[in-house]
Amino acid sequence: MLQETTEVAPRLKEPGEGLALALTATLKRDLVLMLRRRGEVLNPLVFFALVITLFPVGISPDPDLLALIAPGLLWVAALLAALLSLDSLFRSDFDDGSLEQLLLAPQPLAALTLAKVAVHWLLTGLPLALMAPILGIMLALPAGSYLVLAVSLALGSATLSLIGAIGAALTVGLARGGVLLSLLVLPLYIPVLIFGAGAVQAAIAGDSVSAHLAILGALLAAALMLAPWAIAASLRISING
Amino acid sequence: MWAFIHKLGSPKWFYGISAKLEPWFWVAAALLIVAGTVWGLAFAPADYQQGNSFRIIYVHVPAAFLAQSIFVSMAVAGLVFMVWKIKVADMAAAVMAPLGAAMTFVSLFSGAVWGVPTWGTWWMWDARLTSMLILLFLYLGVIALRGAFTSRDSASRAASVLAMVGVINIPIIKYSVDWWYTLHQPASFTMTSRPAMPTEMWLPLLIMVLGFYSFFIALTLMRTRNEILRRESNKRWVRELVQEA
Amino acid sequence: MAFNSIAEFIAMGGHAPYVWSSWGLTLFLLVALVWHARFERRQLINSLRRRERRERAREQQNAAQAPLQTVVEGGQHDT
Repeated sequence: MLQETTEVAPRLKEPGEGLALALTATLKRDLVLMLRRRGEVLNPLVFFALVITLFPVGISPDPDLLALIAPGLLWVAALLAALLSLDSLFRSDFDDGSLEQLLLAPQPLAALTLAKVAVHWLLTGLPLALMAPILGIMLALPAGSYLVLAVSLALGSATLSLIGAIGAALTVGLARGGVLLSLLVLPLYIPVLIFGAGAVQAAIAGDSVSAHLAILGALLAAALMLAPWAIAASLRISING
Repeated sequence: MWAFIHKLGSPKWFYGISAKLEPWFWVAAALLIVAGTVWGLAFAPADYQQGNSFRIIYVHVPAAFLAQSIFVSMAVAGLVFMVWKIKVADMAAAVMAPLGAAMTFVSLFSGAVWGVPTWGTWWMWDARLTSMLILLFLYLGVIALRGAFTSRDSASRAASVLAMVGVINIPIIKYSVDWWYTLHQPASFTMTSRPAMPTEMWLPLLIMVLGFYSFFIALTLMRTRNEILRRESNKRWVRELVQEA
Repeated sequence: MAFNSIAEFIAMGGHAPYVWSSWGLTLFLLVALVWHARFERRQLINSLRRRERRERAREQQNAAQAPLQTVVEGGQHDT
């Protein structure tokens, strides 16, 4: 037994390559798992479309009014759809024990969680961003702002995934973490919402959008730098607690 | 320095030293708040624009200061707990959260009430009020998260992480809300930032702020001592102390 | 003094409801927080003392019953 561990240990502690290997393995595994449960990938998109349908019904079908509030509506609805998908981010891994394997891996947990968040963004944030212009047409969003809408959502939803993953990691061990998760995460989403919706409004007004997009990028950079550590610490708390 | 920090980490030592400090802070809090109340309500001159509704500033601003400071203190206590495993720090963080939420509520309430005579409405999506509202949600999140765990150690560590995440976000939220507000309501009238407040107006304000801070320290010491008794109830020194009292 | 009479002070120049409600709520909350902390402390000390008394009573009972129990156990072994 002792001999076995001494033999295996040096091979596991390979520098550089070991981490790259673990990252691609985690990425691939999560992608395959998520693509097998297509319903879970599609649910946020359907939710997004459904919420957008509710607003004209609830407020007014008047295109002028809808055009005025469309940037905010699209952003809020996309944000809620992304929030909806967060609960499942670590849930199945927690239930079947593979999260513990991730914690035991010799590679830094922060890096591995980054791979998981990347998959979440690829299958939630990016599709939402691509779908938003179509819903924008339905809300009579003024021309010239469609590209900005998609780009700002793509940039912003990456930050949302990173921040949301902290909340998901903190609540994954709890039986009914869903509502708590939204309470924890939504206040932290506000800056992204402000600059994301602001970018679309600026595009409609004909102003330069580069400042908004730059700030969204800065928020993403800050989140990329700090969130993985918080996610890793939160996962450790949820697993060991 | 290190010896001092480690001593501070011992609940028994902290219980003793805070028992000695607590009365002084209570006295300071009572004196300052009473003095500030009398001065602010009766003696400070009325504002030339807002009249006597201006006197709400003497509770609104101290509560708002405290609401923000308590969140920062809570995050610092969380950091100390996570890095040095000092349990007293977590006990302090646990008792700070409800007080901070109460102070945030006070500043929101007084801000909304103040809005009636100044803006003619109970609620404006004013930059300060909006960021205070978000702060209240952050406090509620920390309190709810701590309550959701069955194991105390997990609850403490999760609340510490969330407090630290929150404190990094507070300035970002504040600046983005300010930016958002100036974009949508350019150059409107803000309640509290005014050019050159005369001395007889800001001196009582300063006294109230100091009084509120003393109150915060005194109450935190007192409730941390309660928390020590609760968590350390099986220790010999607590049992002996209870018999003596 | 910014006011000439008590009535004027209470009226707050027409802003009475706003000034008094926010001051009232603030001071009420401060007092309530102190009261709650004191109440919590009294409850804690009482419950700790009760527990202490209970445990001591149990210890005394155990000490008194110890010989009896061995007799009973001995009796059960016989049957």
